[in-house]
Amino acid sequence: MSWVLEKINGGLVRVFLIVVALFWLVPTIGLLASSLRSPEDMSASGWWHVFAKPSQLTFDSYQKLLENSDITNSLWNTVLITVPATVLVVVIGALAGYAFAWLEFPGRDWWFLTVVSLLVVPVQVALIPIAELFGRIGLFGTIFGVVLFHVGFGLPFAVFLLRNFFAEIPRELLEAARLDGAGELRVFTRVVMPLGGPAIASLGIFQFLWVWNDMLVALVFTKSGTQPITVALQTQVRQFGNNVDVLAPGAFISMVIPLAVFFAFQRQFVSGVMAGAVK
Amino acid sequence: MAAPATSAPAPPGHRRSVTGTRRTVAVLFLLPALVLLGALVVYPIGYSLIRSFYNANGDGFAGFDNYKAIFTDDGIRTALKNNVIWVVFAPTVSTALGLIFAVLTERVRWGTAFKLVVFMPMAISMLAAGIIFRLVYDQDPDKGVANAVWVGIHDTFAQSSAFPNAHPGRESPLKPDQGGFITSTTVHTGQTVTLPLVGVAPDQMPGGAKRAVAAKPDPGKITGTTWQDFTRGKGVGTLGAPDPSELGYDGMRVEAVRNGKVVASAKAAANGTFTLPASADGARLRLPASNFKQPYNGVDWLGPSLVTPAVIGSYVWMWAGFAMVLIAAGLAGVPRELLEAARVDGATEWQVFRKVTVPLLAPVLAVVTVTLMINVLKVFDLVYIIAPGSSQDDANVLALELYRKGFSEGQPGIASAIAVFLLLLVIPVMWFNVRRLRREERR
Repeated sequence: MSWVLEKINGGLVRVFLIVVALFWLVPTIGLLASSLRSPEDMSASGWWHVFAKPSQLTFDSYQKLLENSDITNSLWNTVLITVPATVLVVVIGALAGYAFAWLEFPGRDWWFLTVVSLLVVPVQVALIPIAELFGRIGLFGTIFGVVLFHVGFGLPFAVFLLRNFFAEIPRELLEAARLDGAGELRVFTRVVMPLGGPAIASLGIFQFLWVWNDMLVALVFTKSGTQPITVALQTQVRQFGNNVDVLAPGAFISMVIPLAVFFAFQRQFVSGVMAGAVK
Repeated sequence: MAAPATSAPAPPGHRRSVTGTRRTVAVLFLLPALVLLGALVVYPIGYSLIRSFYNANGDGFAGFDNYKAIFTDDGIRTALKNNVIWVVFAPTVSTALGLIFAVLTERVRWGTAFKLVVFMPMAISMLAAGIIFRLVYDQDPDKGVANAVWVGIHDTFAQSSAFPNAHPGRESPLKPDQGGFITSTTVHTGQTVTLPLVGVAPDQMPGGAKRAVAAKPDPGKITGTTWQDFTRGKGVGTLGAPDPSELGYDGMRVEAVRNGKVVASAKAAANGTFTLPASADGARLRLPASNFKQPYNGVDWLGPSLVTPAVIGSYVWMWAGFAMVLIAAGLAGVPRELLEAARVDGATEWQVFRKVTVPLLAPVLAVVTVTLMINVLKVFDLVYIIAPGSSQDDANVLALELYRKGFSEGQPGIASAIAVFLLLLVIPVMWFNVRRLRREERR
């Protein structure tokens, strides 16, 4: 009797999870299918009709999009913003993380707690003041300005994560290097950074996705010419309805890199997300 | 937490000799981070605080006026109200789903694949998620998948009607009655009745409709025709009589009503003819309202009343995976023996879940919920992208209102006050983080 119930239960659980998985997959499949149909087909019927008529599949929208220099420029801008913002956060965060973990200076714990307290400061707080500051010093609308902003708001998490990881490195390893006459910079580059690999990978992936996916910061601090892909697509959303042939493939192109990074580095991403649960 | 970093200092003298210059070195290591944090995070907090007490132009002291505006300005109050809805529902629903998924995936072999599917939206931008859900929520059931499914379910259970917009033409024997139409005179056996209407668009006529014909009289019964008394390009022809080019109302329901009660009813054939039994004698004929309902068009997901729940739905789609992964990690740390012991004692699965699993996971659930609450306070992109211009005011949240006030309405004073308000809301969490860290350091 009880094993019958168990069987039914198991079956129900499976059915439930499959339905949930469909709920999670269908929206994305809808975007992909929409991006692979012509605007005429899109205005005639729903994207699911493509499964009945696979002949509707076409790369025309993608081709048109990639010939659109506004879109290709903005994709390139996304790269120009994301790569330096990621590298700088990792390097500057690692330097500070090392200092907080292994160097002695007055008020070290107090400084570290201050940095940790900045973890939850909403970016919105800084939009107006920094827009004004950048306006004064000529950084407004530049890619460098956006990069700086992302570095500033990425640092609390970077310092927090790396300091905690570096602190776990056995003291003997550092002492041995120091006794061999290595300076702090050498200890940092030759011992700490290589040993910190996993944490640096997590941080790098986390920050990369964060910056790549950002819209708000870029919306405020860029102008036409320095806009990343998110902002370029955002202007299209205002006229939603007759431009699905731009929005759907555009959104999909903007998702390809993050999804590739996600699938390639799941483990590091998950551990970064777990460490970042305080952010 | 690491012992080496915080353990008692090594014996003095020995280490100092190796690293005499450590203090200046420390400053050099820290300088880039501290300068950037100071300029980009700390300075804005101070600036916003001061700016929030000045007027729009920044040249006059405004006292608490900007803060008063948060609670008096209609637009900001809507945002505030929506933020409360967001903070109450989005984190709890995401955490609850995360918990359910984490517990159930342990029972299937493809749990990892399932987790990957649910976690995947974490990797994409809120902009892309916004575009995805803009497509999902499209009002037209022929385009938006949400309404396609909804209308499909609805039409399975509710008969859809065939003749929207049909109405009596000139000199018609019919007059409006309770959403349908009724004859002004009573009918009698042996009589043939004509019930002409106009106004059904040609493409909305039932596919099986045939040429309308005049009904033949039947001595013991009431017969009649109901048809579209109009042909495009040909006009009404003979008014009140079926012409060869006119189509019958296939499937139209006809009721005989006497003293407000339905005494008989019939359905029109493809050529529009119908027959009612003798019991309908002396009644009036009615074409009931059910014939003329508009086709069901689904839910207006992005209309003023549903837009906030709809956008919260897209947020849950993005973040339930986050909750699931953290809770699953917590679940992995729950000792299996405890669950087994409860099962051996005769507890049902539900009791094990309620009385053992959930209490053991309480700390994780709290961290996840609080994290999502902070995250929800800052939600901007999803609302900005998914809510169409017409209902964006109804979907407003504080982060969006801050952006609007600061960058399109020229109200940096009020925007700064909103910024400070948001900061005040996260200060308890700031304090909680610092305290937790200090406790761990002391261990």
